[in-house]
Amino acid sequence: MATNAAAAVSRGAVLGRAGGGLARGIAVGYLSLIVLVPLAALVWSSRSQGLHTFWQEVTKPEASSALKLTVVVSLLVAAFNALTGTAIAWVLVRDSFPGKGIVNAVIDLPFALPTVVAGLVLLELYGPSSPFGVDVAFQRTGLVLALLFVTLPFVVRSVQPVLLELDREMEEAAESLGAGRLAVFRRIVFPNLLPAILSGVALAFARAVGEFGSVVLISGNIPFKTEVSSVYIAGQIESGNPAGAAAVSVLLLLISLAVLLAIGAFRHWRTRHDR
Amino acid sequence: MGITVVEVTKQFGDFVALDDVSVAIPEGSLTALLGPSGSGKSTLLRVIAGLEKPDGGQVLLGDDDVTHQPARARGVGMVFQHYAAFKHMTVWENVAFGLKVRKRPKSEIETRVHELLELVQLEGLAKRYPAQLSGGQRQRMALARALAVDPEVLLLDEPFGALDARVRKELRAWLRRLHEEVHVTTIIVTHDQEEAMEVAGQIVVINQGRVEQVGTPRELYESPANEFVMSFVGPVNKLGDTFVRPRDISLSLEPEGDATEAMVERIVHLGFEVRAELVRDDGQHLLAQLTQEEAQALELERGVIVYAKPSRQTVFTR
Repeated sequence: MATNAAAAVSRGAVLGRAGGGLARGIAVGYLSLIVLVPLAALVWSSRSQGLHTFWQEVTKPEASSALKLTVVVSLLVAAFNALTGTAIAWVLVRDSFPGKGIVNAVIDLPFALPTVVAGLVLLELYGPSSPFGVDVAFQRTGLVLALLFVTLPFVVRSVQPVLLELDREMEEAAESLGAGRLAVFRRIVFPNLLPAILSGVALAFARAVGEFGSVVLISGNIPFKTEVSSVYIAGQIESGNPAGAAAVSVLLLLISLAVLLAIGAFRHWRTRHDR
Repeated sequence: MGITVVEVTKQFGDFVALDDVSVAIPEGSLTALLGPSGSGKSTLLRVIAGLEKPDGGQVLLGDDDVTHQPARARGVGMVFQHYAAFKHMTVWENVAFGLKVRKRPKSEIETRVHELLELVQLEGLAKRYPAQLSGGQRQRMALARALAVDPEVLLLDEPFGALDARVRKELRAWLRRLHEEVHVTTIIVTHDQEEAMEVAGQIVVINQGRVEQVGTPRELYESPANEFVMSFVGPVNKLGDTFVRPRDISLSLEPEGDATEAMVERIVHLGFEVRAELVRDDGQHLLAQLTQEEAQALELERGVIVYAKPSRQTVFTR
């Protein structure tokens, strides 16, 4: 009996190990194929030009201006999402109102819509022929608007489940200890949501950095004003300068990686006690 | 500070959680709200805490009508079944929370938190996070946190419900001692009659949103007001309209007087106590409780025929 049980346990463990190994194999193989190899190829193709060409390409005034704009606007959009996304998640979880289910479903639409279509719609609504008389086309405002549209779901969807699971009794305990609503939010709710907010912010930032379809129409791609890196890169490819495209792409990638790692590290530090 | 609840009602949709409840909790007492789950006992506690707004009636703390005051203004300390620990704060920060939001001076917070951690025996764990504590330690931390603000009233909602039996027993004894030390008016909600009897000086039995009886543990056990209380505060045999406690059934091997014949179906040994499950000819089951010696003298075992006679019984007039 005992040996049987032991055998069963060790068989389970072996199976578990084998299963773990298999999952690990799939994860590594898949990630390599889908992410690492293309990224490596990108770095390789820019590196083969030599560091000198790389530096020359990324310091071209138009390239560096596009890079700066991309990073600044993406950070701005990500930060704005932190606020609005949390607020929307809050309303969806804590309030009840007719049509809540529909609103909840609509949140994901920016993901489903082809981004070019989103850009087209935004141009119709907030462009020169705007029915509201709001014309932000070919301005940085238009760029921000388009990016806000496509990044909307990230923070909402990362905060929502955490808020849903949040222990309400924690808030009640804080209230009974004399904390007002604001203090309860600031000292209890917010610290518990922050990791989720940061995850959403990181995703929104990454998406904004790489976004092309929705911005290409509404921003007008005016160099030194509304041209972002993704559009600049596309332009370089079209005009027969793949080296320039690759160089800017790699730098964009490095900057994004640095920002994502920084957010990840902060998040890791914040949640160090939950593990 | 004494607590007076006057004709409080509370409904959740169609469900009546509290139906015209009036209770007086004397200052400095340790009172248990005892009832089955869904009886409204937790709702009553939450109404007193200010976490639930009653549909009607009044709540008085001392002489103050606090019915319309928010929880934060009532000066009550609350302890929850699942600890409600602030999991992003250390033990020290958890306990200090109430003092910090009251903007007490740093030095005062320092001394008070230190005092409380000593009181709940968690001095060494001040820098730990709740995730690093056992259930019993978390609940003691929650108690210290509630006591930190010098509450007029301490409210405990099934505080030991999530703990294992041994820790639960320890904490009950500890709570009793703590109450003797601190003397703050305390209400503990529980569905466990043994816990209520062990801890509280006064018990309020609640069922279906109504108060069934208020009394000391002994009063409830000896003279229950009705069927519900009788059967809730301890095991009971129901024979037609009469109720008999298993302890009040005497067994003998010889027929005598009006004793009824029954067969031993099962014997359960609980240390000093022995529980005999009997079945009568007519199929009626009986539970008898006797001491180890009594059971040995009768040589009780499965299949033995005995004669059962209630030495004390209760009939409720309706």
